[in-house]
Amino acid sequence: MVTTAGALTDGSLSSIKGFLKTLSPVDQVGADARAAMLATRSIKTASKKWAIDMAISMIDLTTLEGADTDGKVKAICNKAIRPDPTDPTVPHVGAICVYNDMVTVARKHLDESGGQDIPVAAVSTAFPSGRASLEVKERDTKDAIANGATEIDMVIDRGAFLSGDLEKVFSEIVYIKSLCADKAHLKVILETGELVTYDNVRKASFLAMAAGADFIKTSTGKVAPAATAPVVLVMLEAVRDFYQMTGVRIGVKPAGGIRTTKDAIKQLVLVKETAGDEWLNPGLFRIGASALLNDLLMQRQKLTSGHYGGANYVTLD
Amino acid sequence: MTFEYSSAPESRAIVTIDPVYKLFIGGKFVAPKAGKTFTTINPATEEVLAKIAYAEKSDVDKAVKAAQEGLKVWSKMAPSERGKYLYRIARIMQERAREFAVLETMDNGKPIRETRDVDIPLAAAHFFYHAGWADKLEHAGVGNNPKPYGVVGQIIPWNFPLLMLAWKIAPALATGNTVVLKPAETTPLTALLFAQVCQQAELPAGVVNIVTGDGATGAAIVNHPGISKIAFTGSTDVGKLIARSVAGTGKGLTLELGGKGANIVFEDAPLDETVEGIINGIFFNQGHVCCAGSRLLIQENIQDELLEKLKSRMSQIRLGDPLDKNTDIGAINSREQLEKITELALSGDAEGAERFSAACTIPAKGFWYPPTFFTGVTQAHRIAREEIFGPVLSVISFRTPQEAIEKANNTPFGLSAGVWTDKGSRILWTAKHLRAGVIWANTFNKFDPASPFGGYKESGWGREGGRHGLAAYLKGAK
Repeated sequence: MVTTAGALTDGSLSSIKGFLKTLSPVDQVGADARAAMLATRSIKTASKKWAIDMAISMIDLTTLEGADTDGKVKAICNKAIRPDPTDPTVPHVGAICVYNDMVTVARKHLDESGGQDIPVAAVSTAFPSGRASLEVKERDTKDAIANGATEIDMVIDRGAFLSGDLEKVFSEIVYIKSLCADKAHLKVILETGELVTYDNVRKASFLAMAAGADFIKTSTGKVAPAATAPVVLVMLEAVRDFYQMTGVRIGVKPAGGIRTTKDAIKQLVLVKETAGDEWLNPGLFRIGASALLNDLLMQRQKLTSGHYGGANYVTLD
Repeated sequence: MTFEYSSAPESRAIVTIDPVYKLFIGGKFVAPKAGKTFTTINPATEEVLAKIAYAEKSDVDKAVKAAQEGLKVWSKMAPSERGKYLYRIARIMQERAREFAVLETMDNGKPIRETRDVDIPLAAAHFFYHAGWADKLEHAGVGNNPKPYGVVGQIIPWNFPLLMLAWKIAPALATGNTVVLKPAETTPLTALLFAQVCQQAELPAGVVNIVTGDGATGAAIVNHPGISKIAFTGSTDVGKLIARSVAGTGKGLTLELGGKGANIVFEDAPLDETVEGIINGIFFNQGHVCCAGSRLLIQENIQDELLEKLKSRMSQIRLGDPLDKNTDIGAINSREQLEKITELALSGDAEGAERFSAACTIPAKGFWYPPTFFTGVTQAHRIAREEIFGPVLSVISFRTPQEAIEKANNTPFGLSAGVWTDKGSRILWTAKHLRAGVIWANTFNKFDPASPFGGYKESGWGREGGRHGLAAYLKGAK
């Protein structure tokens, strides 16, 4: 039976609790075993080439440092547009992901350098901890959108989630979503490393989806563990089940700890064999990463040329 | 374009298959007296792999005599020295694991992912585990002065050829017995490679003897007066024959026979992991598993939801070339077994059960059966009672825990069962009331050398593995 996302809960604590109770639990040992089995898939030749290009186009190329400067942000924008300057067949990345105050620089530079179709994502709502008043979170989000961010990566209030104040978590997402409206896509960061259990990951995923998330995202990248394979598996199962309930496909974004081509391909295998082929596009799956891009490029060069050039044959940024 | 996995076959180059194999008797490869042979094929391609010596009664007699000679050395050896040989065998099996895995996949038809990740590592683990027991038998809780039987006759099936060999040979050797082992007719190659490992480990001559052949060869072992104990894994029908043959002879006997395991899913089960457990329970090794979860008992109020998930998951199963590293389900081991599966599944149709099969492309050559389940199955259906030994699952609904137990136990078998629930107390209650030798909670088909394995009722006598398994190879063990 298909129902609308809004009908799943009215946002009151009792209603949210009632809705989350209908979800089946997750067995940790079983989820770990399934993820480990899928990690044994052997992706070679043509399928590897396809996967590398798909992974490149799914990257949210990210810099989230206190030391970020205009120059650094411009540099990753260039990299996003032309990941491999020697090979124009390499696709551009999915998006640029920066802090609030770098949105203007990133948007302007992308627009001036031929990256008009690359969106800028801004981390928001007092990223990474989320420990601020709703007013601050509101201002953070509004600013980013006004400066040209078309994707907002908000964090949930993990303290509220763990203490049982699910109403607060839910209403914050609903509110930030209302600010995004039709101007920005909303990615909701669960920070799974702080939620710890897979049951919590599954519940938080549904909470975020019912509240209006367009994407659910594993982590800020500031907490370890981040996008582990079983956590991504559980979230992919959640979006698949949510689609069964509502007919709406929600995206998934693992972020943090995905550094090698092997890691990225494992993610795509998880997507294919859990949510399905429909999710294998940048509209429904993104990978938050920085170092990953160069490893993908090196592997791509190896597949194309037959030999491995190494780090000096890809651009640093 | 979508994400299709390119073929990723494991190389066959690591394996050398001889055109003809002899019998392994007294530490040497010797030709059978009558010079008869039979062939073993790759069930995925029907390609003939090798000619195998056919052991007749006189060859078995020779093997038993060699084992008696071997016993003189082996039983006098310090137990710690016996342990060293077992450790050495275990290490060589690990070193040659890839070779064993590829050969097993070619001879048996099971996917390389399973031979590589399950069969071979577990076989080595059995030798490591029992190596440790060799000099500690006095502390195994089986009595003060445990004594080996002497020469043990062992007959193993084709579903886990090397693993079943390890289950048989490792405890027998650790406890000071010597063995005459007959691998299954369709899967002799890894046992013969194991014979080479025995040579490589410089195991004293006659401690392990391997005779290849068919049921008549097995009967010659069972009826040989020089053998003190029989260990058999295989069908319940043959097990009954063996039990009759050895009755009154004073021979020890352990039997590991058929099963019709109930996999019980309660309403609060973790559904996604349960689906994996169902898949693993019935489609692991093409369902050629005596402890398979071949009856799926689902609480009626979650049946539709669970079966939808199962169907969708089954559409992801990759059937095909067993040597491809991405293959989930390989070939049925023989034409004969394929016919048996086909016949029983057709009885399901005829008796009014509803069939669902995953849409797999079946290769042109070889023996294959698509992953299948039947709904609308009742206790009265043949597919609910008889062991199919293939990738065919019978789905039965229940409404209360009591009803689940009654249905699960309503079978002549009693080898395995599974329980799926988030509630710890329900796991314990269910396990207490199930009459099955192995019960898995929120998992299925997990094996460990330290864990005793065996059945109730027509599923067998005695236990293999763990301390209980040691006792089965020691005379007068308590």
